[in-house]
Amino acid sequence: MHKLLNDSPGKQIMLLGNEAIARGAIEAGVAFATTYPGTPSSEISLNLFQMSQESDLYFEYSTNEKVALEVAAAAANSGLRTFCMMKHVGLNVAADPFMTLAYVGVTGGMVILSADDPSMFSSQNEQDNRYYAKFGNLPMLEPSSVFEAKEMMRYAFDLSEELKQPVLLRTTTRINHSNAFVTFGDIAPRQTKGKFIREPLRCVTVPAVSRQLHVKLLEKMNKAKGLSETSDFNLIKGSGKFGIIVNGVSFHYVLDAVKDLGIEENTKILRLGFSNPMPEKLIKNFLKDCEKVLVIEEGEAFMEEAVKAFAQEAELIIPINGKSEELFSRLSEYDPAMVRQKIAAYFGIEYTPKEKLSSDNIPEIPMRPPNLCSGCSHRATFYEVKQAAKDMDIICPTDIGCYTLGFLPPLNMGDFVICMGSSVSSSCGFSKATDQKVVSFIGDSTFFHSGITGLVNAVFNNHNFTLVILENGITAMTGHQPHPGVDMERMGLDGFGRINIENLVRALGVEHVSVIKPFKVKKSIETIREALEYKGVSVILSQEPCALYAKSLKMLTSRAFKVSDKCVDHRDCVNSIACPSFYIEDGRVKIDADTCVGCAVCAQICPENAITPIKK
Amino acid sequence: METTRLIMVAVGGQGNLLASKVLGEAALISGVQVQMSEIHGMAQRGGVVESAIVFGKATSSIISDGEADILLGFEPAETLRALNRCSKDTKVITNTATLPPFTVSIGKGVYPDVENIKELLKEKCASLIAIDAMKLAKEAGTPMSVNIVLLGALVQSGGLSFTKENVIEAIKRRTKKSFLDMNLNAFELGFKAAAQS
Repeated sequence: MHKLLNDSPGKQIMLLGNEAIARGAIEAGVAFATTYPGTPSSEISLNLFQMSQESDLYFEYSTNEKVALEVAAAAANSGLRTFCMMKHVGLNVAADPFMTLAYVGVTGGMVILSADDPSMFSSQNEQDNRYYAKFGNLPMLEPSSVFEAKEMMRYAFDLSEELKQPVLLRTTTRINHSNAFVTFGDIAPRQTKGKFIREPLRCVTVPAVSRQLHVKLLEKMNKAKGLSETSDFNLIKGSGKFGIIVNGVSFHYVLDAVKDLGIEENTKILRLGFSNPMPEKLIKNFLKDCEKVLVIEEGEAFMEEAVKAFAQEAELIIPINGKSEELFSRLSEYDPAMVRQKIAAYFGIEYTPKEKLSSDNIPEIPMRPPNLCSGCSHRATFYEVKQAAKDMDIICPTDIGCYTLGFLPPLNMGDFVICMGSSVSSSCGFSKATDQKVVSFIGDSTFFHSGITGLVNAVFNNHNFTLVILENGITAMTGHQPHPGVDMERMGLDGFGRINIENLVRALGVEHVSVIKPFKVKKSIETIREALEYKGVSVILSQEPCALYAKSLKMLTSRAFKVSDKCVDHRDCVNSIACPSFYIEDGRVKIDADTCVGCAVCAQICPENAITPIKK
Repeated sequence: METTRLIMVAVGGQGNLLASKVLGEAALISGVQVQMSEIHGMAQRGGVVESAIVFGKATSSIISDGEADILLGFEPAETLRALNRCSKDTKVITNTATLPPFTVSIGKGVYPDVENIKELLKEKCASLIAIDAMKLAKEAGTPMSVNIVLLGALVQSGGLSFTKENVIEAIKRRTKKSFLDMNLNAFELGFKAAAQS
C-alpha cells in the first residue's frame, strides 16, 4: 500500500513537503485531482498519481494547467473535493479560468496550489503568486513548515466549502522540498461521485450574470476577512515594542533569530498564514503598541504595502519597513543568517556575524553544470540541425524542458525562450520580422501543453519556419510523467487514449512533415536540410525515447562503444557533441562503458570510424 | 539539546538524499528534532545535490553560508566548493575519491589537486577526516554504498548527538533489504577508517 494511504492516525513519519501536502489532501477526503507537472510541485502529483492506482481517487495529468483547472472546476461544481496543483508559472497559463472561477465559485471544496520558486532553482522567473489571490479575490493560505502544509491542506477544503470559493494554497520551494516529521491524522471518507445541479444564474457567466456574481464575490471575501481575523493560522508570538510581521518559511528564520539575538522579551511576531484577505483589525491592533515594525517576506512587498496602508488608516506614525536597499531584497529566497542580521540592524541590536573564511589560496574549482544525458536523443537532433543549417543564418527559438540545455556550448542551439509553447509562436514573429532562417525546438509534452495553437497560427498566417518536435515519448524534465502522446500500456496502465503527433500536425494543415530517427545521423541531416529549404511551415518529428526513461523500462538493449586504435585524436566527437560518457585519459579520448548507452552518434561522426561497439 | 547544522554535498547519483533520510530516521529514533532541506535541481543530469540537516532546537530548515557545524562532502572538489558554508569551527569530512566534472574529463578544465584540497580544508576549518569512501564501498560489496561509508565516518567523528546503534537501526529501516549486509559492512568500514584518519 502507498505509504500516504496508511490509515494509522498518530503515526509519525518523515515526509517531503510535497508528500505532506498530498497526505493532507487525502486526509481531507480529496476525490478528484488534476495537474500539469512542474517543479517544485511535481512530487505532489506523482504521489497522487500513484495513490489513484490503488484507490478510488481520480487523478489526471492534464494537457496543461488551464485544462487542469477547468477539469477540476467541473468536479468541484459537481460537489467533489477537488485539488488542482501547479508550479507558479503554471498559474499564468490557468489564469483565465482562475479569475472567473472565483466569480462562479464551487459546491465541493476546491484547493488550487501554486508552488512558487524564489531563487529560481528550476524556473524561468520568480514571480510572487500571492498577488493572484488578491487579483482574483480568492482566500489564500501560506504554510511555514512541512507539518503545517499538511494541516493547511485539510483546513483549505473546509474553508473552501464554507465560502463556496476555491482556496489558493501558496507554497515556496523550501516547503515543497524540505523533509520533516509529520503526524498522520484521520483520513476522511472520499465522496467520489457528485451531481451537478443546474444553476445558470451562477454558472453561466454572461455579463448580466457576472455583474451579480462580482457583487457576491466581494461579499464572500468580506466573510473570508472575518475568518482571517480569527484564524489560528494568523498567530501572534511574544510581546514587546519590536514588531515583526512575517509569512512562509521566513517565520522560522525569525523565531530562530529572535532567540539567537536574545530579544525574545521585547519582540512581538505576527505570522500571517491566512494572508488573503489580510486580517485588518488584527494587524491594526498588533501595530498599536509597537515602536517599530519590520515586515519580512520573500518576493514582493505584498504584506508590507497592506500593513502601511492599515497604519495610515489607524493614524499610527511608526516606522514600518521591509523592502529597501539596506533591509530586505525583492530578489531570491532568504536565509537564517540574513534574517538575523537584518533584524539586529533594524532594531539596533549588537550582533557580530560569524567571520567568513578567507578564500585565499583556493584554486579555481571547475563548474559542474547540468548536461544532456549520455545517449540523449536531443543531443543528436541538435547536432544534426546544426550540420544541416551550416551555411544558414539561423535563429533557434527553443522551449521548456531538458532540451533547453541545448543552448549550452558546444551545441549552442537555443536563442529565445520565455514560456511553455513560446518556441512555436515566437518563430512566427521571427520569421516575419527578419530574413533569417528560423528553426525552433519543442518537446512532445510541451507541444501538447501549448505548442499546438502556435502551429495553427503559423499555418493560417502562412509563416515560414521549421519546427522540430522532439518526440522522446515522455515528460522527461520533471521526472517521466505521461502526456497525451505516451503509450500508457508501456507503463502498465490501461484505459487511456493516445494521440499521434504526426497525424495531428498533418491535420493542422502543415504540408511539409518529415520524421527522423536522430540516431541515424546522415539520413537525419539530409531530411532536415530538405525541411529547412521548404518555404512555409515545415515540421520535423525527431522520434527516439528518452534514454533515462528507456533505461527505467528496460527497453535499452544496445551496448557500449569504445574508441579503437584507429583514433587520430581529431576530437570531433568531444568537441561537437560533448556527450558526458567521453573522458580524456593520457591525452586520448575514451568512452565510459558504464554510462554509454550505445546511441552510436559519435561513431557516425568520427571521420576515422574509430569508434566501435564493444564486442561481447 | 543545542543545534547542530550539517551540510551534505554530492554529485547527482551518489545517494546523499538517501543518506539524509537515514539521518532523519536516526534522529526520530533518538528523539532529536530535525529539519531537512534539499536542492536537487537537475541532479539526474550531472548537477550538484545539496542537503541541509538541522538537528536540535533551531526550527529553520536551511543553513546559511558560514554556519555549517559539519560539512560532509561526497566528492573532494564539491567539498571544497562548499567551503563558503563553513567557518573556522566547522568539522569537515570528505571522500577523497574524485568524480571529475565533464569539462575536466574532456580536458577543458583543471581538477584541483586532492592533497591540496585536504591541506586547505585542514588549514581553514576545525578538523578534517578524509577517507577514500569509494574504495571502502567497493570493499563492502558495492560502489553504491559510498553514502553509507560516509555516514559511518560522520558518526565516528562525534559531531552528532545520537548513538552508532541508532544510526544502524535507521539504516536497517531505510535502505533496501537486499543491500543491508553490504550497507552495514560499509558503515563499519567508514566508521573505522574515520577513526584512523
